[in-house]
Amino acid sequence: MALELSDLDRELAGGARGGAAAFAMRLLMRLAEAVDARAFIAIEQAHVDGCLYLGQASLDFVERMTALGGKVRVPTSLNVGSLDLIHPELFRGSDEVRVNGKRLMQAHIELGCAPTFTCAPYQTAHRPRFGAQIAWGESNAIVFANSVIGARTNRYGDFIDLCCAITGRAPEYGLHLTENRFARAIVQIDAVPPGWDMERLCVAVGHFVGRRCGGLIPAIVGLPADADEDNLKALGAAAASSGAVALFHAVGLTPEAQDLKTACGGLKPKLVLRLSADDLRDAARSLSNVRDGAPLAAVTLGTPHFSMSEFARLMPLLDGPRPVVDIWINCSRATLEELRARGWEERLSSAGLTLVVDTCVYVTTLMRVGAGAVMTNSGKCAYYAPGNLGVEVAYGSLAECVASARAGKVVRL
Amino acid sequence: MRRLGARGQSGEAVSGAAFSAATLSMGAASGAPLRLDEPLSFWGGLDPATGRIIDRWHPQLDANVAGRVLMMPAGRGSSSGSAALAEAIRIGVGPAAILLLERDPIVVVGAMAAAELYAIACPVVLARCEDWTELAAAQRLGISAEPQGARIVVMQGR
Repeated sequence: MALELSDLDRELAGGARGGAAAFAMRLLMRLAEAVDARAFIAIEQAHVDGCLYLGQASLDFVERMTALGGKVRVPTSLNVGSLDLIHPELFRGSDEVRVNGKRLMQAHIELGCAPTFTCAPYQTAHRPRFGAQIAWGESNAIVFANSVIGARTNRYGDFIDLCCAITGRAPEYGLHLTENRFARAIVQIDAVPPGWDMERLCVAVGHFVGRRCGGLIPAIVGLPADADEDNLKALGAAAASSGAVALFHAVGLTPEAQDLKTACGGLKPKLVLRLSADDLRDAARSLSNVRDGAPLAAVTLGTPHFSMSEFARLMPLLDGPRPVVDIWINCSRATLEELRARGWEERLSSAGLTLVVDTCVYVTTLMRVGAGAVMTNSGKCAYYAPGNLGVEVAYGSLAECVASARAGKVVRL
Repeated sequence: MRRLGARGQSGEAVSGAAFSAATLSMGAASGAPLRLDEPLSFWGGLDPATGRIIDRWHPQLDANVAGRVLMMPAGRGSSSGSAALAEAIRIGVGPAAILLLERDPIVVVGAMAAAELYAIACPVVLARCEDWTELAAAQRLGISAEPQGARIVVMQGR
């Protein structure tokens, strides 16, 4: 299938809009061929996931763009980096990561990206509108934008998200197109284990969906009507970790799924899965690799970055004895400002909690991890922390995480 | 499939089978196949310094992708996979080539970026489902991915 280029695409590729745009457009054209796209579309905004230092290749790519005088052509937010630039003293990693990681973040600012440094750009002023064509990196942000907001992006990985930002163009394929956004798998929740809260239910459903739906877009039937954005964020983050889920429909809850028929667009599902209470218990249990009662080294919250409403749920849980293990909370620098304005930062630090901004404890070296497991209320963090940090992990609800931090061991409520 | 009974480009003995595939990222390479039973997220799933699979959920945990023709049905997980793949290729512990059954932009972009920045080719091709088992059983595979199309050749010896 031949790729059709607009006049603008040709100008970008030909160098009329600068060397960086030409370099970016050349990569985009090769990607378009690889994914069988026929044309490019204009995007309204981008979210770039290139600030985390993963080695010299990360820096070499963005330095190529800065050397060519690149500037983003659409409003562009930035994902987490390797450092907390507001609290640099927290960093305990190598000098290579400290120096190159900081340079990487700075280079993206030089390209005109906004220094949001958050994996939850949908919680900032960069939140897209329903139906907007966007190019986002960061798997949890992608699934949230598509599913909860109804904006349209494919899973743009690092490098290519920046190419889209620098050109303002994206290949027209996949989830940019209405016909590819319908559900092809139905996941029916038949029963919820007694006593489960919404938070745990959504993480377990997300983990299950990611493991079992493969590349099929799921329509989830049977989630309670009062599941809120934080719950859907946790569901999407878990699903995008255990699988390549870029879009889910929660029937009756998400904007492209008023009912099951709309979510499926009249297409027959290729897969129908029924979730029993036992399936959900298994999914939640499989996110922990230590037993209940196991000693804890730390608790980490805010993967993806904690929202103000999540802080509002946490605050009353802090009334009581001081935790005996460290509690780390990841959030954006914009959220930190709001915490300060409300006087909550002081209350959090006097309760012994450490706020981390611009980065996330599971992607960089901040925590002193001694003996014991790390506990989290995030399906995503539970999924990745063992590989990234070499730690054992326990998953629990927010309330269980706080209770466990007080007890110094994994406590179930 | 076409029987060849000839010698590959590098002079290695070719056992006879050649398979056509679609080019996703260009280049020529050969290596022993490593068939993954499940897709792998390169970020968080692969140690880019060593090429070892570190995803504790993955059935091939601790296998090493370095120099292998990595056969994975599809991409998976984090969108940071491109940089992790490019970094592994830069260091020299990336796969020699990647065979997919579904188009995956994150895998393709990682290979493309490595080719642009370091001029190291890790060809990525879209193979056919019906060839998968035979490809996985080969001792060694030669991949040649060109703009018009790709070819996978079964080779003998290691």
